Amino acid sequence: MSQTEFRAALLNPERPAPAGLADPQGRPAGRRFDVYRNNVTVSLTEALRQAFPVIRKLVGEEFFTAMAREHLRAHPPTSPLMMHYGRDMPEFLENFPPVQHLGYLPDIARLELALRESYHAADATSVSAEALQALSPDTLMASRPTLAPSLRLIRSRWPIHAIWSANMRGTEAPKSAVAEDVLIARPDYDPEPHRLPDGAAPFIAALMQGAAVAEALEAGPEFDLTATLGLLLATRAITAVNPGDQT
Amino acid sequence: MLDQSAKRQLPPRPGIGYKPQHFSNILQDAEPVKWLEIHAENYMGDGGRPLAQLRYLAERFPISVHGVGLSIGGEGPLNRDHLARLKHLCDWVDPASFSEHLAWSTHGAEFLNDLLPLPYTDATLERVADHIAEVQDHVGRRMLLENPSVYVNFTETNMGEIEFLTEVARRTGCGLLLDVNNVFVSCTNRQTDPYDYIDRFPHQLVGEIHLGGHDEDTDDMGAPLLIDAHGSEVVDPVWQLYAHTIAISGPKPTLIEWDNDVPDWPVLADEASRAARILDKVIA
Repeated sequence: MSQTEFRAALLNPERPAPAGLADPQGRPAGRRFDVYRNNVTVSLTEALRQAFPVIRKLVGEEFFTAMAREHLRAHPPTSPLMMHYGRDMPEFLENFPPVQHLGYLPDIARLELALRESYHAADATSVSAEALQALSPDTLMASRPTLAPSLRLIRSRWPIHAIWSANMRGTEAPKSAVAEDVLIARPDYDPEPHRLPDGAAPFIAALMQGAAVAEALEAGPEFDLTATLGLLLATRAITAVNPGDQT
Repeated sequence: MLDQSAKRQLPPRPGIGYKPQHFSNILQDAEPVKWLEIHAENYMGDGGRPLAQLRYLAERFPISVHGVGLSIGGEGPLNRDHLARLKHLCDWVDPASFSEHLAWSTHGAEFLNDLLPLPYTDATLERVADHIAEVQDHVGRRMLLENPSVYVNFTETNMGEIEFLTEVARRTGCGLLLDVNNVFVSCTNRQTDPYDYIDRFPHQLVGEIHLGGHDEDTDDMGAPLLIDAHGSEVVDPVWQLYAHTIAISGPKPTLIEWDNDVPDWPVLADEASRAARILDKVIA
């Protein structure tokens, strides 16, 4: 029997156990094959449960387990690294009919994936606030800051930070559907999401792509630069300040 | 700090499967645990807490790197990216032991996250031996191959599991990891005698022993069906089979595996103490 046949029956409970598998008396494998089916379903469901604690709270454990079952059949892992499993969840949620009324779910899933990526991202040493303050304004504007590999930016038209925080930190639930941009930073080993000042996301996105500070300021509307740089410094998110092209 | 020479091999004493929630317990007082095993795939990120903890532990304990994702029994070629990640991990951790499973888990582009069984035939023997040779070449280390827990028989199987494992080891020079709970589970499920299995096993090839808990179920005919679940204590019949094993083989590095519903540290330390007492009797 080929592994293709084994695999086809594994992820499809409607199929009988493959011929060629037997119990010790040579009878069809039946429930014995179900052990493998169950192992795959339970272990992948558990990987998804760990990845999406907030989605779980939002839809409830029972619904999440049923949804995970649909998800793992449609999107089995493509890597032996379970720390990557679930990357298809945001798109899956966008198209999963039973949750179409919860428009914010896909962005919450993106936030949770970004937290996990940040957790496993490379370490880096940050620059001090003093080092940044020592730069003249012109030098600062021309510089290209390197940001920590663990930094992630999630932009949403939903109050994703407030929803995340209400479920993980017990803060008040959002009362209105305002858009929120979230910066995930990992000062040591624990990633934490921060709500960005309005308008700061294009600036951070530009810096992440290697722009100079002056260029990044042109990327979007006016915003609170002092608060934004303060957040980057407080979360140890700037790992180098490379001198830019002096004009 | 661990003396460099002590890192080179696992001591014939108890070890445990490392879980991050036990980090501070282990640093305070690991007794009677003398070495730690990690699942390779959990330490293949780029940084952060998992790698920082492992760096710290590897300076203090002999480490066993135990892969669960290589799919050595797979019909397709080994995943080259995954081999490269394993080599990178083994290069920096410099583990005392490196092991993987006689199983498959990858099919095409899919990873199924379970240790799936294979029939024992000349064709699968050749494939497994080729894959192990490739792994050992690539990683640059000898590996140990673990006997599986199985729930079904393949009608096409035409050699015994011990014969299969022994021949793979002969062809590739790999060693074996003897999971005594897997022997108990598989023999019960196959309705064969686990003591006979242990008596016939090539113990001189064994570099490490695993012990773990299993669940009990029944098949369609009401026959016992044991499931390797790693979520509970080692049961008395498995402890007895273990004592029988090391009475034959002499003391071996012995791992307590507990991967699901992981208990507080004292429960694991008690399991390790029980293994230590059995090892002590063999040495005495």
